[in-house]
Amino acid sequence: MRFFEYEAREIVKRAGIPVTDFGFTTDAAEARTIAERIGGPTVIKSQVLTGGRMKAGGVKFADTPEQAEAHAADILELEINGHMPRGVLVDPKADVKQEYYAGVVWDGTAKKPVILFSDMGGIDIEEVAEQHPDHVGRVHISNLLPISDYQAKECIAQTGVTGRALQRLTPIVRSLAQLFVDNDMVLAEINPLCEMKDGTFVALDAHMDMESEARGRHKGLLKDLGVGDDETRLAREPTDFELAGEEVDGADHRGVAGNVTEFDGNIGLVIGAGGGSLTLFDAVRAHGGEPANYCEIGGNPSVHKACGLAKLVLTKPGVDKIAVMMSIVSNTRVDIVARGVIKACLELGFDPAEKIAIFRIPGAWEEEGFKILEKYGIEYADRSVSMHEAARRAVVKITGPDAVAAAAEAGS
Amino acid sequence: MSILIGADTTFIVQGITGREAVNLTRECLDYGAGAKIVGGVTPGRKGRDVHGVPVYDTVAQCVEAHGGPIDGSVVTVPPAFTKDAVFEAIENAVKLIVVVTERIPRRDVAQMVELANMRGARIIGPNCLGVIVPDVVKMGGIGGPAKNAAQAYSAGPIGVISRSGGMTTEMSSTLTAAGLGQSTAVSIGGDAIIGSTYAELMPFFEADEQTEGIVIYTEPGGRMEAELSQWVVDNDCRMPIVAFMAGRFMDEMPGMSFGHAGTIVEGKEDTAAEKIARLADAGITVAEEISEIPEIMKSKLAAHVEHKPPPGVSVPAWVRGGSPL
Repeated sequence: MRFFEYEAREIVKRAGIPVTDFGFTTDAAEARTIAERIGGPTVIKSQVLTGGRMKAGGVKFADTPEQAEAHAADILELEINGHMPRGVLVDPKADVKQEYYAGVVWDGTAKKPVILFSDMGGIDIEEVAEQHPDHVGRVHISNLLPISDYQAKECIAQTGVTGRALQRLTPIVRSLAQLFVDNDMVLAEINPLCEMKDGTFVALDAHMDMESEARGRHKGLLKDLGVGDDETRLAREPTDFELAGEEVDGADHRGVAGNVTEFDGNIGLVIGAGGGSLTLFDAVRAHGGEPANYCEIGGNPSVHKACGLAKLVLTKPGVDKIAVMMSIVSNTRVDIVARGVIKACLELGFDPAEKIAIFRIPGAWEEEGFKILEKYGIEYADRSVSMHEAARRAVVKITGPDAVAAAAEAGS
Repeated sequence: MSILIGADTTFIVQGITGREAVNLTRECLDYGAGAKIVGGVTPGRKGRDVHGVPVYDTVAQCVEAHGGPIDGSVVTVPPAFTKDAVFEAIENAVKLIVVVTERIPRRDVAQMVELANMRGARIIGPNCLGVIVPDVVKMGGIGGPAKNAAQAYSAGPIGVISRSGGMTTEMSSTLTAAGLGQSTAVSIGGDAIIGSTYAELMPFFEADEQTEGIVIYTEPGGRMEAELSQWVVDNDCRMPIVAFMAGRFMDEMPGMSFGHAGTIVEGKEDTAAEKIARLADAGITVAEEISEIPEIMKSKLAAHVEHKPPPGVSVPAWVRGGSPL
């Protein structure tokens, strides 16, 4: 779960790392008050969870409180990459002598957090790592042993930084590593970490991303920051269709109908489970089909849940038929999913044989399931029909054989 | 032979009185020769039994009752208690731990793995279905009830490693239908940090005489495939590997996660396209469809046998009959 800059800076501050005397507001007049308190030139920064705000005009410099108010008013109305800002951050204009980078991320291969440090701050660290590898320090930290200053010191020293800067940067970088661990972060970054002209070291901008699975352990922090339980902070806001999908999933604790995601196409998908859905979604597209949605059913959903999901997809504008497909199931019951999707058709006044393009779920209780499907005249397939072949049949029925032929032509 | 487990492997189930654990215990007892489940743990439930398996309060009590070291444990307790359960198993000298639980924070997983490394134990998972040696034994929910597992899995020369539990069964079933049985199939879990990656399991398969080829299921996110490619090149891997990559559509949707927690395209290196290129560079064929895997594997095995016949390995019947490709 990503944090806005003003929240990330607050987290940094709580960890004992020096920050500027910034203020956050959603109101232009208050931006002026903050600028007056700061006294002197300020920077007004849009608070959005997307990159490229400088280019988009989301960062402006103000010499006076009046200017700060005017800029804040503009920025509060400015949409960046489809995101409206949460508010603005008002920051004293910094007198920077030298910019550094400090970050902590997970190394999935080493299975440990790794501290990254560079004396070339202010720019994208991946770029620095590619073009100036000797300017990036890396030190892994243990998951079991306490974090110690020497690890931060070694990381900084790898870049050639020494003297007073090394002394002052060490506790900051160590604190950053500690806050990464303490708060279950997947990314904790200070960029730039600045040495000011007056000789102080200050975190000027910060990026923090907390692991969603660990949110429950940090209720206090999230409450203090004003982050609501319903804020997903995903790459994009959920659509009404997706929220309705969550409702279907939440209405019944039995099984899962997860990750309901909206797409623009016309092929309704009731698919599962995790890996099966990824495979089937790719397969539909490989055969020239355009999915109307993505989803993952699994964990033995109830008739009610399968029915609710099928209804949601069937009533999505532009969807005429659904394809019900999964990889071989061992926990989920074939007959229960079959009953659920048939019930959905019947309750909506549709003929299941007409609305269900194909049903391909082999596995547990398949004999019972296939019997029911047969009764309603629905085309079904057992494990002898591959997932890709089932997807192809669905596309032929829904989009037409021409689309499949065109896709085959393009693929060959 | 097989890797990780065999007919004589003893194990316990931690969280054995939970609904899923009760089913899983039944499945493992029923499959093949019947798993040697020597005990189960649920704190406060000592004295009960689950399908004849005695329940204890602690892992130490299991070990004491068994009268010697226990090989493995299947951990299926809620996410908040999983780290403690795994620590308990490791500190009681259990050497193979299958972690079924999903939604465990990464830091907890990393701590378990680090302790396991210190003590010479191995973790499979989390968020996995476990390990199966076809017709012999299964440890975990992999393949489901014994009847269903027997339908999908058959004994043979192919090692299977998969980030998806369900797809482990789908791929093995496809191999079985084509006459290619499996030596051992391992569901390694779909999280960003897991106990055993492809590259970490390869030495086991490499040392296993029964295994002649490897099939893997993979997804976007992480560097596990790059690690495997490196391993294959560095160790001059004796076996052909065929991969299937799902979730190619995610390349167009950076920052979004589908399927499993570990699938998220964050940088250039973890896209499906990049991974496919990397695998191909290491000589690993990436199949477009699962149904193509058996034929690709057969032709690779045939080419392999011709070029460097492994000593003491008899040529399978279908190779003698000529490759269908």
